[in-house]
Amino acid sequence: MTAALIFEQVLNGLQFGLTLFLMAAGLTLVFGVMGLINLAHGSLYMVGAFCCAWITQQTGSFWLGLGGGVLGAAAAGALIEMLVIRRLYDRDHLDQVLATFALILIFSEGTRMVFGSMPLYLNIPAALGGTMALPGVEAYPVYRLFIILAALAVAMLLYLLISKTRLGMRIRAGESDREMIAALGVDIKTLYTIVFALGAAIAGLSGALVGALRSVQVGMGEPVLILAFVVIVIGGIGSIKGALIGSILIGLVDTLGRIFIPVILKFFMENASANSIGAALSSMLIYLMMAGILAVKPKGLFNATN
Amino acid sequence: MKKLVSAGVAALLCCTAGVAQAEVKIGMITTLSGGGSTLGIDVRDGFELALKQAGASDVKLLVEDDARKPDVAKKLADKFIQKDKVDILTGIIWSNLAMAVVPAATRKGTLYISPNAGPSALAGKACHENYFNVAWQNDNLHEAMGSHANKADYKKTFILAPNYPAGTDALKGFKRMYKGELAGELFTKLGQDDYAAEIAQIRASGADSVFFFLPGGMGIAFMKQYAQSGVDVPVMGPAFSFSQDILPAIGDAALGVANSSQWGKDIESEVNAKFVKGFKEAYGRLPSLYASQGYDAANLILSAMEKADVSDKDDFRAALKEADFASVRGDFKFGNNNHPIQDIYVREVVKEDGQITNKIVGVAIKGHQDAYASKCRMK
Repeated sequence: MTAALIFEQVLNGLQFGLTLFLMAAGLTLVFGVMGLINLAHGSLYMVGAFCCAWITQQTGSFWLGLGGGVLGAAAAGALIEMLVIRRLYDRDHLDQVLATFALILIFSEGTRMVFGSMPLYLNIPAALGGTMALPGVEAYPVYRLFIILAALAVAMLLYLLISKTRLGMRIRAGESDREMIAALGVDIKTLYTIVFALGAAIAGLSGALVGALRSVQVGMGEPVLILAFVVIVIGGIGSIKGALIGSILIGLVDTLGRIFIPVILKFFMENASANSIGAALSSMLIYLMMAGILAVKPKGLFNATN
Repeated sequence: MKKLVSAGVAALLCCTAGVAQAEVKIGMITTLSGGGSTLGIDVRDGFELALKQAGASDVKLLVEDDARKPDVAKKLADKFIQKDKVDILTGIIWSNLAMAVVPAATRKGTLYISPNAGPSALAGKACHENYFNVAWQNDNLHEAMGSHANKADYKKTFILAPNYPAGTDALKGFKRMYKGELAGELFTKLGQDDYAAEIAQIRASGADSVFFFLPGGMGIAFMKQYAQSGVDVPVMGPAFSFSQDILPAIGDAALGVANSSQWGKDIESEVNAKFVKGFKEAYGRLPSLYASQGYDAANLILSAMEKADVSDKDDFRAALKEADFASVRGDFKFGNNNHPIQDIYVREVVKEDGQITNKIVGVAIKGHQDAYASKCRMK
């Protein structure tokens, strides 16, 4: 185990965390601003990936596909906000969970009807294929670096949008008191649709970017959704900053845990049991961390409503 | 009036068809939604194709989706057994689901024909007269790859699999045959789809080859990420990592990879040709090995139905055990523990008419039986 390998794994953890951030950002925004638990966020991620894969197949250009994935997810988001989600804001969380769970089923089966159950082919663009040397790492995939940079750019843009623009000001105002800003004459309906579509667009971006790296198939969104919920609970619900810190934390803990726990356990026990216990332990690690953080800070690291 | 006529027609139909025996009810529990659903869909489609080709009107097939959840599978099994009173259960893809369903169901006297999962526990001490596996014991294809690794003269193989019963069986199976040294051994999370950390470890380990068992979407993700990681160590795996349902999604990254399978679409036999052609016509895609297993499972049941009545359990079990059907894989028979004794082939991923698929290039092990058979008390 060399320093270079550890550095490379830290980079991998960072990249994994930042892809989670793209999912968590939209989720936390929607939860923070509208108080809505949106289980169908993973479906929007899937929509982004499928749009990207399909458009890339038709046009041969990954970049058109990526744009299409973002727009497709945003459009799907705006549509379900207007048709379904809008009716849920005043309901309690159980109704929201039920309705958005129904949306998951509708999206999954709908996608299956259109594209079939076979995974779709989507590969990274040739320009971003291959590897490059980094200090200490002889070969790191260029596409993973690209994901890191893209996610950081999104984080930056979101920060600017929310803290520096008029739209951001309204979003923040809506977060703290929705009746009051409606009374002040802000068109709250449109604002909510915009926020929801924005969250969907980021999820779609994430689905398209990550789909090229993993597999594009029905049901791809749900495992990511669970992790994204862990992120926003750790980070503090409604806080973009919390989502960023939380997702990087999860990415690092998960990646480093699954590599180093078996190695550490091998000092105490034989190889076979170290491997299987290590694997079991590392898959629990992020949940243990969540429990630990919530024990000390029940509202997460950066609670937006304070 | 119309109703009367159609009832009359139905009555006529029923009485011309079912002469020999009462209707056989089969309950299929398989994964049709969520991750891994391509496997279940292929098993179901293969199974239904065999029934259709045989024109089996005395079989009633009930299909339910377990969504890859053990608790759902358990509930479905209870429903099939208690409410629908099925004679035979089949269909489970995943070993952890099979372990939740099979022991209790077979103990209650229901027959179970496994078209996929073959956990080691059910082949050894916990073998049961009501349990038949028509695919393989979990270790088999991995053992074949272990012996292939010896032939290919690999000395330092890195092995990885997900942390669940079939994953541990896989690595155990590979190691049972493989004579070289291990560069590393890893268990990943079931359903994991980012392998950057594992690939970095492979690179650092100085391995001369990689053996991996990652079925479904996990395998797609691993192969894509491996191909662009710049690691150029040859990879190999069981057919599950390179089956027809996932190859198109991996793309050219899979070309040239060796994998082991008890079946290939290019096995030359009448029944295999009929299966491959029929499958392509019916579903518009190439069959995977899962589809071949579903097809064989149905034909096994049909062959037993010709010899015995399902209500006479002893007769029917004996008829199943004879395995008197033409398997698409060629020679096939059951060992003492009701698991297959069969040849396992090495296939290579190739491009044929622009389609990525597998071609058999050799035999890995001939007439192979699993390692647990001796622990089973059945004769």
